[in-house]
Amino acid sequence: MALHWYLWLAALIFTIGLSGVLLKRNALIVMMSVELMLNAANLTFLAFARQSGNVSGHVIAFFVIAVAAAEAAVGLAIVIAIFRTRGAINVDEVRALRE
Amino acid sequence: MTITAEAVIFFVFAVPLVATALGVVLARSPVYAAMNLVAAFFCMAGLYVLLTAHLVAFMQVLVYAGAVMVLFLFVIMLLSLGDEHLVAERKTVMQLAGVAGGIGVFAVLVTAIWQATGLELIRRDGLFPGIDLSALFAAPSWAAVKVDFGTVKAVGSLLFTEYLLPFEATSLLLLVAIVGAVVVAKERI
Repeated sequence: MALHWYLWLAALIFTIGLSGVLLKRNALIVMMSVELMLNAANLTFLAFARQSGNVSGHVIAFFVIAVAAAEAAVGLAIVIAIFRTRGAINVDEVRALRE
Repeated sequence: MTITAEAVIFFVFAVPLVATALGVVLARSPVYAAMNLVAAFFCMAGLYVLLTAHLVAFMQVLVYAGAVMVLFLFVIMLLSLGDEHLVAERKTVMQLAGVAGGIGVFAVLVTAIWQATGLELIRRDGLFPGIDLSALFAAPSWAAVKVDFGTVKAVGSLLFTEYLLPFEATSLLLLVAIVGAVVVAKERI
């Protein structure tokens, strides 16, 4: 398959993840959608790496995976802390910084 | 237009990938969403192998489908949410606006890819302009690569020479994330 198929697939997955971030109120599903978006970016990196024959794209994808793991750990810890203090994981109900 | 084995394998992974990604967003329960996400990660790993990115595909299964998803499932079990948390959705106006925004972003991305890859689908040589779909399924213009492209040896040698400083910074980032997660999540230190 040529490059544009991979890019279109990555764009579709990115859009699905973006809609999840915009539509869902559950903080856990919002974080899962962010993981989907990061994966779509990885797919684009790897497709361009294959297109140009450059291994640097793989190294960047490796860093993206490491950063996503760190983000998941800290984000889930924050979700647990919010649930413990407020009993809610809906992103709309957490507005202490706004008020 | 000939159907190659690569095209068949691409769609074998791409169609379930889109379906499970939609499942993540549309699932009612976070557990179902997490299961869909695991399947999506596996399909994505298959596409990585198709792009001869063996090491990254392996890391994808190991780190994402393994470690990150176990973390997600642990948190889902730990929170033990009632049903009232699951059915709460945004207002309909917000949902429509979100879907419209998503479709708009997708349209922009598809157009940008269309222009960047230089696809020519409209035939102008004949008497009437027609649509020529063969450019869509043309053979890929991949660069010729060596046998060790995407293997541990090739990626590792680049990682420990040219990208040594970002690599060390990543280790520091992971350390900070570990300490931060413990500090935030623990009730009393």
